[in-house]
Amino acid sequence: MHIIDRRLNPGGKSFANRQRFLRRARAQVRRAVREASSSRSIKDAGKGGEISIPAGGVHEPNLRRSSQGGVRDYVLPGNKKYIEGDTIPRPDQSGGQGSRASDSGEGEDEFRFALTDEEYLDLYLEDLELPDMAKRQVAGAQSVQWRQAGFSVSGPPARISVPRTLKHSMSRRIALKRPKPEEIEALRQEIERLEREGGQFDELQRLRADLEKRITRTKRIPYIDPVDVRYRRLESTPKPIAKAVMFCLMDVSGSMNEHMKDLAKRFYSLLYLFLNRRYEHVDVVFIRHTHEAQEVDEQTFFYSRETGGTVVSTALFKMMEIVRDRYPVSDWNIYAAQASDGDNTSSDNAVVLAQLRDVILPICQYYAYVEVGMDDEEEHPGAGEPSTNLWRAYRRVPDDHPFAMRKVRHRRDIYPVFRELFARRPEGAAAEGG
Amino acid sequence: MTMLADSKLLFTGPDWDFDLIKRVHEACGDIAIKEMGLDPYPNQIEVITVEQMLDAYASTGMPLFYRHWSFGKHFARNEALYRKGYQGLAYEIVINSNPCIVYIMEENSATMQTLVLAHAGYGHSHFFKNNYVFKQWTDADGILDYLEFARGFIAKCEDRYGQEEVERMLDAAHALQSHGVHRFPRKRMPDLRSEEKREEERRRHGEQLFNDLWRTVPVSGKRKRSRDEDERRKALLGLPEENLLYFLEKTAPRLKPWQREVLRIVRLINQYFYPQRQTKVMNEGCATFVHHRVMNRLHEKGQIDDGAFLEFLHSHTSVVLQPAFDDRRFGGINPYALGFAMCCDIERVCTNPTEEDREWMGDIAGNGDPYGTLRDIWANYRDESFVSQFLSPRVIREFGLFRVVDDEDEEEMRVAAIHDERGYRKIKRALSHHYDIAYRDPDIQIVDVDLAGDRKLILTHRVLDGVLLEENDTEKVLQQVADLWGYDVKLVEQDDSGAPLAEHTAAPRRPFV
Repeated sequence: MHIIDRRLNPGGKSFANRQRFLRRARAQVRRAVREASSSRSIKDAGKGGEISIPAGGVHEPNLRRSSQGGVRDYVLPGNKKYIEGDTIPRPDQSGGQGSRASDSGEGEDEFRFALTDEEYLDLYLEDLELPDMAKRQVAGAQSVQWRQAGFSVSGPPARISVPRTLKHSMSRRIALKRPKPEEIEALRQEIERLEREGGQFDELQRLRADLEKRITRTKRIPYIDPVDVRYRRLESTPKPIAKAVMFCLMDVSGSMNEHMKDLAKRFYSLLYLFLNRRYEHVDVVFIRHTHEAQEVDEQTFFYSRETGGTVVSTALFKMMEIVRDRYPVSDWNIYAAQASDGDNTSSDNAVVLAQLRDVILPICQYYAYVEVGMDDEEEHPGAGEPSTNLWRAYRRVPDDHPFAMRKVRHRRDIYPVFRELFARRPEGAAAEGG
Repeated sequence: MTMLADSKLLFTGPDWDFDLIKRVHEACGDIAIKEMGLDPYPNQIEVITVEQMLDAYASTGMPLFYRHWSFGKHFARNEALYRKGYQGLAYEIVINSNPCIVYIMEENSATMQTLVLAHAGYGHSHFFKNNYVFKQWTDADGILDYLEFARGFIAKCEDRYGQEEVERMLDAAHALQSHGVHRFPRKRMPDLRSEEKREEERRRHGEQLFNDLWRTVPVSGKRKRSRDEDERRKALLGLPEENLLYFLEKTAPRLKPWQREVLRIVRLINQYFYPQRQTKVMNEGCATFVHHRVMNRLHEKGQIDDGAFLEFLHSHTSVVLQPAFDDRRFGGINPYALGFAMCCDIERVCTNPTEEDREWMGDIAGNGDPYGTLRDIWANYRDESFVSQFLSPRVIREFGLFRVVDDEDEEEMRVAAIHDERGYRKIKRALSHHYDIAYRDPDIQIVDVDLAGDRKLILTHRVLDGVLLEENDTEKVLQQVADLWGYDVKLVEQDDSGAPLAEHTAAPRRPFV
């Protein structure tokens, strides 16, 4: 007998099989994931968890006898009162005889299992990307990082690299055989000695000539030549901003009902998830407005009631105020999503447009406007273009801004709309689809 | 260790280490081998974690397996059930190989490790080594090497032909795996002298060259098909054949060699598991009986303390619990419970028989050698024959077994037999029938290939008791058969008289070529 300790073996032996399984059931898992996420709060929306998919898609068929019909015969334990010849009413097909019940899960309608956070999000956000934003994020970034990248032959004196310069100087001096100061000194002393002692003239003459030659050479070959000088070269790299703030703006005036708020919440959840994938840190700011705007927490944002008129621009001003106070543009990526039923005080439209176009959009990575409606609302024939106050105002935002707007009436529209807004699109295409 | 110097205790408390496992293994061996006369394989004990146990579950307990999504599915399912606490994990997994590999979980207490070693390392291992079904069908020495080969081969195929193609092939093979075993030993050529062998090879070679499937030369005139011709054709193709995978592997005209090899791999691995399906009750009964006896003896000999013994009893009783049919926990007859009860009963009959026992099991009653008798039974029976021979009236009474017949034509179900004089035999027969794999799996055979026409493959299902095949699944599986075969396939469900009850057909949609 021998014992082997396998505990330290690399785990995850089933990983490859799991991948295959997920790939196989991809379509259904994706659908299940989207359904599951609708019931969660914004910040939990991205956690993994248990999902169930229809068993049909991952069913493994085999040849087996039907569970119905024919003459069946069971041997069961635990007889208490039956005697031969008794009759027993047939139990419901669903309950059935225990012995025929499925214990492998094959017969069940649903297949339940757990997804990790990673898997969950991958499926949830599949195919979504923000190419425009990614670019803008780097290009517009004001903070750059300098890092040393080798040496150059030109540069400001402050960045001279002394060691490197001296290294070059030394190799040049050696290569060109510049006489060393010690040698010259030794020669000079030798000459002096001979002069004192009155040595042979020829010898003295030869040494003097030699000394002369060496001194000239020393003068001709400088200790440091301009070609030796090296400067530390710096290279600039744009520092990606790893933080993002997401502004949720919502109209909470009386005309927004529960259904509309629910739609808005779903949209915000998606955006939050999405940003969370891209950035190390995501802040969420909730601003609700009626005729005045307030910053509130999530609970209040979605669930408390408020009455009043509707002045959209207040929310935009509030947002800028918060940006100025807490989210300097150089450090934060700013995203905003606004949900509204489209109501606005007519006189406010011009202010909204100006504020949005001139102040907010220039500093935003992306601004999405979702107009929520009732699901029983009639589809507008033809163009399908809503004609609310706000919609008409926003239509005038020029195309080259990072701005998108969509109309959502039903829960099931949310995800498609989100996908449409953030779908991968060809380089350079306008963000606005309208 | 806080063991007293003169104490014989193997351990105290729940902690264990490798030395302790060794000591326990030896102590169990003293009882199992010296007292009970068991003859197990040498053991290789591997300590694993929960995660690894779940891994092992997913690949039908084997330490290595080729890759396929269905294993991922099972893993996901077991994991979900386990994490939510709906399902505990087995304390061990044992593999029928030589040496016998026993996985034990690190979380088990010392008592549980002792139980596991006795159960798997001696009980199952003895059964694997000695039972005739295993001897006949499985190659304990070669299985791990074969799995290694299978895994490598499938991986290579995936590289070469793409994951999707291979997956499709495996799906098809898995769909047919319940009909991919040889139920009876095949005729082996008698060991002939070398010249005869060569002749045989020549003949086989000739057969391979002449495959009637490929005859494209039109047959002159209108040939009348004679009975002889039919017979000859069937004999040539080895029909009828119940091993669908085998037939397709050998005969399907359009498969590539690697595809045949995939079918073969699935078939052989499935064949390896076939004995386990036939001996579930006996195998577990044997292992449970052995661990029960070993633990009791250890306790008697003072090698485990009362606390450990109580822990063992707690675990043992939940293993052999048989919920009644109207209990919420009921999920069929518990093979551990039935097997253990029957083994204990056999021991009792051998040593202390009643009049009834002498009447029912005269040949072993009172023979005074319970271990010898059990060893003999473990070696020479499978569930079906075990139940039909050794299910005593006493066990039937203890379990309160009764037989219910559910005829679709009748208003209500009828109790056909209970645990009384008139019922014993009926119950015994009925239960033994349930453990007969040939009865549980539908009897499906390939009967003919229409060579003269469109090469349609014809299968039959011999319907028992009017129970037809599950329709949705059958359609799906038949589709796989058609894709494998490459031409149309027809499955006829017929009763004993040959009258057709239902018919399924499939045409290849994405044939494997």
